[in-house]
Amino acid sequence: MARKRTFPYKPIVFLACLAPSLWLGFGMFNGMLGANPIETVLRDLGDWGLRFLLLGLAISSVRRVLGWAWVMRYRRMIGLFAFFYAFLHLAIYVGVDHFFDWATIWKDIVKRPYITIGMGALLCLIPLAITSPKVMVRKIGGARWKKLHKLVYPIAIAGVVHFFLLVKADIREPMIYAVILAVLLGERFYRKLPLSFSSSATRSASSSGR
Amino acid sequence: MLIKNRIASDPKSFEITPKSIYLNRRSFLKGGAALAGATLFPWSLNAAMGQKFDNLVKSPFSTDEPVNKYDEVTGYNNFYEFGTGKTDPMDNSGDFQSRPWSVKVDGLCDKPGMLDIEDLLSKFQQEERIYRLRCVEAWSMVVPWVGVELASILKKFEPNSKAKYVEFTTLVDKERFPGQKYPIIPWPYTEGLRMDEAMHPLTLMATGIFGEELPAQNGAPLRLVVPWKYGFKSIKSIIRIRFTDQQPTSTWMEQAPSEYGFYANVNPNVDHPRWSQAKERRIGEFFRKPTAMYNGYGEEVADLYKGMDLRKFY
Repeated sequence: MARKRTFPYKPIVFLACLAPSLWLGFGMFNGMLGANPIETVLRDLGDWGLRFLLLGLAISSVRRVLGWAWVMRYRRMIGLFAFFYAFLHLAIYVGVDHFFDWATIWKDIVKRPYITIGMGALLCLIPLAITSPKVMVRKIGGARWKKLHKLVYPIAIAGVVHFFLLVKADIREPMIYAVILAVLLGERFYRKLPLSFSSSATRSASSSGR
Repeated sequence: MLIKNRIASDPKSFEITPKSIYLNRRSFLKGGAALAGATLFPWSLNAAMGQKFDNLVKSPFSTDEPVNKYDEVTGYNNFYEFGTGKTDPMDNSGDFQSRPWSVKVDGLCDKPGMLDIEDLLSKFQQEERIYRLRCVEAWSMVVPWVGVELASILKKFEPNSKAKYVEFTTLVDKERFPGQKYPIIPWPYTEGLRMDEAMHPLTLMATGIFGEELPAQNGAPLRLVVPWKYGFKSIKSIIRIRFTDQQPTSTWMEQAPSEYGFYANVNPNVDHPRWSQAKERRIGEFFRKPTAMYNGYGEEVADLYKGMDLRKFY
């Protein structure tokens, strides 16, 4: 049977996700990132990590709300890109911004809440990235896998808090991330509400029955 | 009293022509013809923005460290009046009009009045002073300022003995400063210095950079430069100077009192609550370098803070 030639959506999405990092690499080596390129790269990688994290969360929401099942095909890839960008963000912070000045970095981690929180979020991303292949899902079992991957919620919250804590005065940008995250979490919370939400009589009955 | 004729930090600086000035010689010469007329008719000197200064005196206070590039000094700024991004001031200041401009000087002084920018440019000897600038965000630059010692300006207004502090205020104008459309920080931007800090010979009222008038993104037409303090103390586009007996509350003190104090002296031993101040990245360099106490101007200014707990008065 001849394989049906399909449009290569997945490679295209992959390249699109990779593009920001390629652009940053290109800009870095061609002096296109302004007067403080290290800061630009660090900030942009962090931005992209957070964006992919929220995009990953949005995929499940979109499936549920709009009923588009096909979006689920991209969730793992998006999630791994979130890890990719967050990890590069950390790598630049350690290896370029502070050039492996471990004493300073350690002081940062223990003394600066935004670094502590960011670092914690990144550490939590590691097991999620490791367990992302299908083999791993089978290995640890679907239920446990799901439970483990619930970690993405505290990670996303920590990511946004990390951003909030580092701005000096202008909170508009982290606010946008916070609002999007609130909507995505709100959608999940709303879904979790008992079906009797619309009928207050049954709800009060069920709650008083406890 | 502050009598200090000799500076300590960089005594050799005036023997060396900084590279930027050296490279700029040609443009100095090019502007020469126009400036020849300008000496006869001083008003014509100030007619256009970016006008080159004539007869600049080189200051012995200048550092001999390599000067940052013009593009760095004018393309990486914190000037929230034009937006909070580092390139916003450059991007949003293209048609900023800094003329006419005068500064109201009042408060506890015997001769309150107006300081017109044209008078400041024509009646005061402009000096070139190459200073290190250390931002509270742990980056730094070396900037070739042009300007006038603040003390020589303030003395004209005869501050009286009750004046203990000087308060500076930036223009509020949502049209010219689009960043002021949002209450990011409480406008107007205000700053303050203790009287002895304001009268210190290192304290400069800058009118230019790289031998030309200040670009808008750097605080046109006049701004403060206090090289031993974090950059945010060096308030831009000033429209009012007021002598007072009360310590002024600066904008950043109001915004985040636990993070920004009145003094804001560069101090590697007192961290910002959210980041270390021990090191800094000189713009254009890869490695962070240790930050010097008082940004390296300690020999000149340390006496001002003798006996003060610098952790308390940050």
